[in-house]
Amino acid sequence: MNASALLAAEAEVAAATGITAYAWLLIGLPLLGAGILLLGGKATNAWGHYLATALSWASFVLGLLITLSMIGRGAEERAMSVGGWNWVPAGQFQLETGLLVDQLSVSFVLLITFVGSLIHVYSIGYMEHDPDRRRFFAYLNLFVAAMLLLVLADSYLLLFVGWEGVGLASYLLIGFWNHNPAYATAANKAFFVNRVGDVGMSIAIMFMFATFGSVDFATVNAGAAEAGSTAMTVLGLLLLVGACAKSAQFPLQSWLGDAMAGPTPVSALIHAATMVTAGVYLIVRSNAVFDAAPNAQLAVAIVGAITLLYGAIVGCAKDDIKKALAASTMSQIGYMMLAAGLGPVGYAFAIFHLITHGFFKAGMFLGAGSVMHGMNDQVDMRRFGGLSGAMKITWATFALGWLAILGVPPFSGFWSKDKIIEAAFIGEGWRPWVLGGIALLGAGITAFYMSRLFFMTFHGKKRWTDDVHPHESPLTMTIPMMVLAVGSGLLGLVLSWGGMFTSWLEPVTGGHGEEHPVLPVPVLIGLTMLLVAAGAAYAWMLYWRDEVPQVAPRGSLATQAARADLYQDAINEGLFMRPGTHLTRALVFTDGKGVDGLVGSLAATVGGLSSRLRRIQTGYARSYALTMLTGVVAVLGALWVMN
Amino acid sequence: MTAALMSALPALPALPASVGFETTVPGAAFAPVPVAYSAVAPMLIVVGTALVGVLVEAFAPRAVRHTVQVGLALAGLVAAFLVLVLVSVDDQAVTAGGSIVIDGPALFMQGTLLLFGVLGVLTMSERFGGRSADAFTPMGAATPGSPAEAAADRAGFATSEAFPLTMFAMFGMLMFVASNDLITMFVALEILSLPLYVLTGLARRRRLLSQEASLKYFLLGAFSSAFFLFGAALLYGYAGSSDLGAIAQAISASNGDLEGLLLPGVVLTLVGLLFKVGAVPFHSWTPDAYQGAPTPVTGFMAAATKLAAFGALLRLAYVGVEGSRLEWRLGVATVAVLTMVVGAVLSVTQTDVKRLLAYSSVAHAGFILVGVLAYDRTGVSGVMFYLVAYGLATIAAFAIVSLVRSGGSEATHLSQWAGLGRRHPVVAGIFALLLLAFAGIPLTSGFTAKFAAFAPAVAHGGLAGVVMVVVGVLASAVTAFVYFRIIVLMYFTEPTGDDVAALTPSVASTVAITVGVIATVVLGIVPGPVLDLAGRVSQFLQ
Repeated sequence: MNASALLAAEAEVAAATGITAYAWLLIGLPLLGAGILLLGGKATNAWGHYLATALSWASFVLGLLITLSMIGRGAEERAMSVGGWNWVPAGQFQLETGLLVDQLSVSFVLLITFVGSLIHVYSIGYMEHDPDRRRFFAYLNLFVAAMLLLVLADSYLLLFVGWEGVGLASYLLIGFWNHNPAYATAANKAFFVNRVGDVGMSIAIMFMFATFGSVDFATVNAGAAEAGSTAMTVLGLLLLVGACAKSAQFPLQSWLGDAMAGPTPVSALIHAATMVTAGVYLIVRSNAVFDAAPNAQLAVAIVGAITLLYGAIVGCAKDDIKKALAASTMSQIGYMMLAAGLGPVGYAFAIFHLITHGFFKAGMFLGAGSVMHGMNDQVDMRRFGGLSGAMKITWATFALGWLAILGVPPFSGFWSKDKIIEAAFIGEGWRPWVLGGIALLGAGITAFYMSRLFFMTFHGKKRWTDDVHPHESPLTMTIPMMVLAVGSGLLGLVLSWGGMFTSWLEPVTGGHGEEHPVLPVPVLIGLTMLLVAAGAAYAWMLYWRDEVPQVAPRGSLATQAARADLYQDAINEGLFMRPGTHLTRALVFTDGKGVDGLVGSLAATVGGLSSRLRRIQTGYARSYALTMLTGVVAVLGALWVMN
Repeated sequence: MTAALMSALPALPALPASVGFETTVPGAAFAPVPVAYSAVAPMLIVVGTALVGVLVEAFAPRAVRHTVQVGLALAGLVAAFLVLVLVSVDDQAVTAGGSIVIDGPALFMQGTLLLFGVLGVLTMSERFGGRSADAFTPMGAATPGSPAEAAADRAGFATSEAFPLTMFAMFGMLMFVASNDLITMFVALEILSLPLYVLTGLARRRRLLSQEASLKYFLLGAFSSAFFLFGAALLYGYAGSSDLGAIAQAISASNGDLEGLLLPGVVLTLVGLLFKVGAVPFHSWTPDAYQGAPTPVTGFMAAATKLAAFGALLRLAYVGVEGSRLEWRLGVATVAVLTMVVGAVLSVTQTDVKRLLAYSSVAHAGFILVGVLAYDRTGVSGVMFYLVAYGLATIAAFAIVSLVRSGGSEATHLSQWAGLGRRHPVVAGIFALLLLAFAGIPLTSGFTAKFAAFAPAVAHGGLAGVVMVVVGVLASAVTAFVYFRIIVLMYFTEPTGDDVAALTPSVASTVAITVGVIATVVLGIVPGPVLDLAGRVSQFLQ
């Protein structure tokens, strides 16, 4: 299928029929749940969490039925559009919005609703004793609804609504325990960094309006090829800014680690499986724009490559189990971004890795939550160790996730991550060597820090504090972990059977010819396995065989840098915050004092008027008036000169 | 019409100048001009109510005066609204010797103004269980803190003349958006401004601040009026008439004799109007006046004055001097950019919630100017929609500000709002929603309004339009930072002292706040009907 036929097919998406026509219920059901729980007040305390969970599952079942009906149709007729709601009828800008149900969006729907529902179930146990459990479930439902809106939207604007919605829900959930000031600050940071991305998104949307006169995917995709590569590069970079903020990619990665302050199920759902991958979704969804702008595409790949190393390095030094997992998430999304930046050859693998990662990372986060549950909410891995005996189910499920993220065959990660490494080695000139090399190196570091995390937590000597009595978590928590562990084990194998998943996505991501990496595939697999084995073995030596100190040693300069997130906060502060503060201070100064000073120096010139103004003696009113006068003179003078 | 006004407000300093202008209309000095009474009936009702209000002030017993004044004002506004909707819509015309025009935009804005008026009066009538309106001083003329003031308070005096004053201002605003010549526009400007100067100085608490604000507002207002008047004189000299239509004709005919008068004339009249909307560098009065005025008056002023001024600005720019826009457009575009940037950036460091909202209103004026400069019908409807959305949210926001108290007076320092969300979840929640709307977050009216104002600028504004929109988006990001900081403060920060509390509003205030909140949500989710209406009535009658 060539590109133009593909675009034509996209432009003529059929109106939905059958079960697909009810796709709006996918969003409606969890939204209803959030509404009932928030408005229902205390009356819903007793059963609210069950309702929220049931509605989330209902959404999953509906998504499954829609997917089945889609599989039943031919590849050309799978995409369907739902609704068409004239949101803002402003003149010729008829802002029509609707839903687009295609292969890409249903893949996300299934991931979001399935993992989301499992996490609802898990939260029933995890949040059992929290007085605000009802509010928590309301936010969870709200998040699921917003995330589904994000992936089902048929235009950038509606996507942006979902984008803001998930941001809001994540904000509310990170700061859920807002009685703790540190957590509230974390919520704050997440929001402000995301504002940077939102600015990129808003300008991108305005830019699309200016260029294409419309913001729906069909129009933008159809027009991208003709719009010129400069315009598309600008647009692509703006979208990348948005994607970087949402997906915690370099240089907007700083918030993700702090966001771990939220309850662990939230970290699993939002900051591992779904929301943080929205940036990857955005890039893949905008594939036509990036295909028309090779430079922007390269920027995506570079951002991905930098972040995958960045996250991996930071992950090596973190002792907080959740922060280590967060760094790992950042790194894995870096892989996805890298894949998305490779063009048609990588899009499908980016999404594939996104799906498998959603399972194994969510599973590991839930595992971490289970460990914390049994260890009095401690997170310092230096005080764990030897938990494999006390928490057998958690250990086993976590182990599957660990094997998956390492990319050990036949577990899920092998099928998705190794494909990205292979794809990164495709191309000409320096690119395959640099990008592929980084991806390969990243695999080795990943093996080290994930093994470190796994060994420090579950193996080696017990370094527990005196007051803990580790115990296995209740079934509501372990069952979701087991289900996700099955996914971590098998999903990759199943989905890659005969290239099933990639060919399923092909109508959306575009096809590509047969291309070969610069090194033979078996060599690449061999190299990857070698590095992974080396990384894991080194971790084994340091963190299983040898004694792990209970207090972190000072470490080398590199370790200290990594522990401090490679000084991201200091850099952010120096680069962005201080100039901003200075600018505002300077402006305030001008307004308060400078204008007054101007009165003095201009007094002679303005003569009579100034002295009359001074006689009025009302504090600052004279300077206000002078500002006005200066403004008038300036405007008039400038216009006079120009005409 | 004008004659009636002159007798109603004999103190207008600039009116003698207008006599010379009047003579240009043949026979207008003595022969009565035909007036389409049904078209101007809403204005007559409002001014009539105001005059009756003056009598009430003189003759009604003190005990019932508050109730009577509030009831009268509301009845007048509602009656005017009903007449507007039921009668005036069918009778659109240029009337009163060409000085008043009742057309689509005028009706839309008059209707909105009347709605703002109702909400404004409702919030001003708040008593919190006391004897008189809580926001107003018992005796405006007494020296702050003097025995006379205390005695007036003990005796239960009340400044219930605030309500007739509001009605006079409302009358001026109604006329402002419908005036078809520069003299009428100037008279309307003064009629709306003078009562507002007085109202600004009537705050019950922090009297000195309030009086200072009032004086500053008055002085600077007079200053800007002078600019407007000077500009009008130049335009009269250029066109030989103060009528907007005649000026437009003169510009298109362009015989070249007095070409030099046109640009300064246009710029100076625009400056007079840009002052009222609070555009930089004519904004300096805004923070002081907003902070010093009684809070409900601030809300009313922010919503209604801004709408009226933009109404007049639209008419002047689209009907009167549209033909020369290529010459002055860039100047106003620069003002718009400055307004957005300065308003947004200065709001960052504000520590007083009223000053913060004032700077935010400055930034909003910039956003609206972007729509004005689109030069298209969709721009007109976008601006009108923006004004409705912003006004309704603003009145509600200031009403909320007036509820949050510390030791009897308003807790306007931001630090006092810390942790409000925990103790008063409803008040903080509503305020947060309104802030989200100001920030332009999707699914609130602020988003659709920004969209409606910015989209035409991108489509018809050329490069300048695109640049303004980009600046606008960046500026809204800055203001969003400010608003989110307040939300964070209310929800995630430990309270500083425990004496800050939100009072329970009366039914009247509750209604005003509720209307604002519902409008903010509804205009965000289904803006269609209102946008449709604004789009249908966006054609000016020439």
